[in-house]
Amino acid sequence: MTSLAGTGLLLRFHLRRDRLTIPVWVAVNALMVLSMPTTLEGLYGTEAERADLLDQVAANSSFRALIGPAFGDSLGALTAWRVGVYAGALAAVMSLLIVVRHTRDEEESGRQELISSGVVGRRASLTAALLTAATANAVLALLVTAGLAGRGAAGALALGLGLAAVGMLFATAAAVVAQLTESARLARGLTAAVLGAAFVLRAAGDAATTDGSSVLTWLSPLGWLSQVRPFAHERWWVLALFVAAVAVQGALAYGLAGRRDVGMSFLPTRPGPASGRLRTAGALAWRLQRGAVLGWSVGFFLAGVVYGGLTDGVADLVGDNERAREIFERMGGQSGITDAFLASMTGMLGLVAALYVVAAVLRLHGEETSGRAEPVLANAVGRLRWAAGHLVIAFGGSALIMLLAGLGFAVGYGKEVGPVLGACLVQVAGVWVVGGVTVLLYGVVPRVAPLAWAVAGAVLLIGWVGPALDAPRAVLDVSPFGHLPKLPGGAMDWTPVLVLLALAAALVAGGLAGLRRRDLTT
Amino acid sequence: MTKAITVSGLRKSFGRTHALDGLDLDVETGEVHGFLGPNGAGKSTTLRVLLGLLRADSGAAQVLGRDPWKDAVEVHRRIAYVPGDVTLWRNLSGGEVIDLYGRLRGGLSQARRAELIDRFELDPTKKGRTYSKGNRQKVALVAAFASDVDLLILDEPTSGLDPLMEEVFQRCVEEERERGRTVLLSSHILSEVEELCDRVSIIRGGRTVESGSLADLRHLTRTSVTAELVGAPNGLAQLPGVHDLDVRGHRVRLQVDTERLDAVLRSLADSGVRSLTSTPPTLEELFLRHYQETS
Repeated sequence: MTSLAGTGLLLRFHLRRDRLTIPVWVAVNALMVLSMPTTLEGLYGTEAERADLLDQVAANSSFRALIGPAFGDSLGALTAWRVGVYAGALAAVMSLLIVVRHTRDEEESGRQELISSGVVGRRASLTAALLTAATANAVLALLVTAGLAGRGAAGALALGLGLAAVGMLFATAAAVVAQLTESARLARGLTAAVLGAAFVLRAAGDAATTDGSSVLTWLSPLGWLSQVRPFAHERWWVLALFVAAVAVQGALAYGLAGRRDVGMSFLPTRPGPASGRLRTAGALAWRLQRGAVLGWSVGFFLAGVVYGGLTDGVADLVGDNERAREIFERMGGQSGITDAFLASMTGMLGLVAALYVVAAVLRLHGEETSGRAEPVLANAVGRLRWAAGHLVIAFGGSALIMLLAGLGFAVGYGKEVGPVLGACLVQVAGVWVVGGVTVLLYGVVPRVAPLAWAVAGAVLLIGWVGPALDAPRAVLDVSPFGHLPKLPGGAMDWTPVLVLLALAAALVAGGLAGLRRRDLTT
Repeated sequence: MTKAITVSGLRKSFGRTHALDGLDLDVETGEVHGFLGPNGAGKSTTLRVLLGLLRADSGAAQVLGRDPWKDAVEVHRRIAYVPGDVTLWRNLSGGEVIDLYGRLRGGLSQARRAELIDRFELDPTKKGRTYSKGNRQKVALVAAFASDVDLLILDEPTSGLDPLMEEVFQRCVEEERERGRTVLLSSHILSEVEELCDRVSIIRGGRTVESGSLADLRHLTRTSVTAELVGAPNGLAQLPGVHDLDVRGHRVRLQVDTERLDAVLRSLADSGVRSLTSTPPTLEELFLRHYQETS
């Protein structure tokens, strides 16, 4: 097969390039799955408690929409229920990123031309990319199977294979999409949209029926995953659906890959306007970031609606379970379970908004390192004006998405509108401190600016895992979010909010001072 | 004549590398000034200092009579810059970028923009990611030539252009000169510089090694002479400034320091000249001489 010449070499090359990212993706995913039985055991220690949980899931459609139907009350079955869809989605995201990175990304950047001029077959790059994804998914399956084997070998194998199957399904989907679009970013976006649609279909189907027998569930690969029913009389034949889908998509991608020119695509880029209306650096920044702002806005509004809709159900579900209530109350403050749930959910959205602000601020870094900032700054545009355009979007945008989340809660929950809105907005102080740290890193030591992701990751970890682990106060205090008043329910305390806002302002000022004084990196 | 750019004793280090090591540069208003040097000589670093993107460690620089670091924005209103490797936003069309750059400078002549797009055969509706290297370069060139500015700073602007477009570029630079604008042209293409530039500066290792008009520079170098003589050549080898003398019967080839040309011609005429060609040194020879000497 000459069209596959060089595949082995490319596979080794891909694995070397991904030697850090793939292990991190796989490890995080496996840890999430493997830690779940212990967590569940802590929360639902007795068989009676677990049977009770099963009944609650069957009775509560919002929970089935969010997590999926449960098929057994063993710790294994409940683990598969609790993490299955999310671990599957994580495997899907990992796989689609791997495949696009090694196919369309390479073509778009022009690097593929050089590779293809070597002794490399027409389909070698695609094959190597899929094999790279397959390697990552196989390791994930292996870890999950080995780690859960103690709870039942068949169930562990079913869950492991199911997760890897979802991963490969989206790897091949990405392979098809990468043939269609000219831009890697669009290929990632479209495949992620397919994943989102799969989640929504499954959620709708699972909400409608208690056992996921709805057609909607069966239209979604994430629905298939829960229908494998690991640890609850596994239905192995469902895995055949994955095999068939992977085969069909793989064949399609191969067919398309052999029929087109390197760098070209089946969906050509539409021409743009011959003249433009952009007048200022600020308008340019908005043009570059508006898509992201829109996406995050829609996402946060919907998240508010969904969590708002869940609020009453949660009070019923968790109300009886002493330990779960304790964790929620620790996350959300020391008030009733409903307020505690609202507080922990708004807090969680605040942590996610910190990721937005990092991404938006680091656009400055991306513009600078790509060389696009240089000609802009060679015009009559001061550095501060140029930076301000992006920073207004980053900081204003994070306030906007928290506001929209609050409005979403108002739609989904409908009670306590003012206090919940306040709870969302108070998070902005924490988000802005993370944004301020990012500006400082970028302005003063641009080389290490991407470390801002690590800062956001640490804040996220402390906020999510800290309360469940009952971490000491000193650790929780590292995160700016730890200092925010627990709203709604708790008392509003302006002092920490104002201190955090002042800190954020100081960090931004420091970063901008650094930016003004330093050399532009090229 | 006033100076558009004056630079003296400019130093800039990145860590342990000395990118600029006491560089001097003078560009007169209204001239096209060639800026030559091999890769890594410090050309782009100099231009970035002149644009206020980098801050010099020491030395003085003035662009259009101002400090390029402190008064960056004011200076940039009167400057158009074309980098050697233009990167565009993938989802903005070339036309949008041209207009944006124009507006971010002093302004843009729509008539000139349309004319240039036509001459460079650029399709302004294509999106940034679909342009080839040469076409990305054209986007920046159209934006620069259509802008209403006093000084153009061009950093190897023709990389990726085909010979026809190279020709269009040269005509555009000549038009800029006729309008009285100043052009600082950093280039690798010596024929381009020879064609366009009133004066050149040659730098090496972050230092200026030669600066002046091409005629001045040629004066310091050798002319090659080939002659067919009636009689045998006589005494050529003894003349000062003669190099690489090659005599085959009545045919003579030699190199002579340009300032000694007079004596050589007299000696040749003594033997009777049947034919004579004399070639002034190309910029390439000049350039190579500077780099081979000490590298």
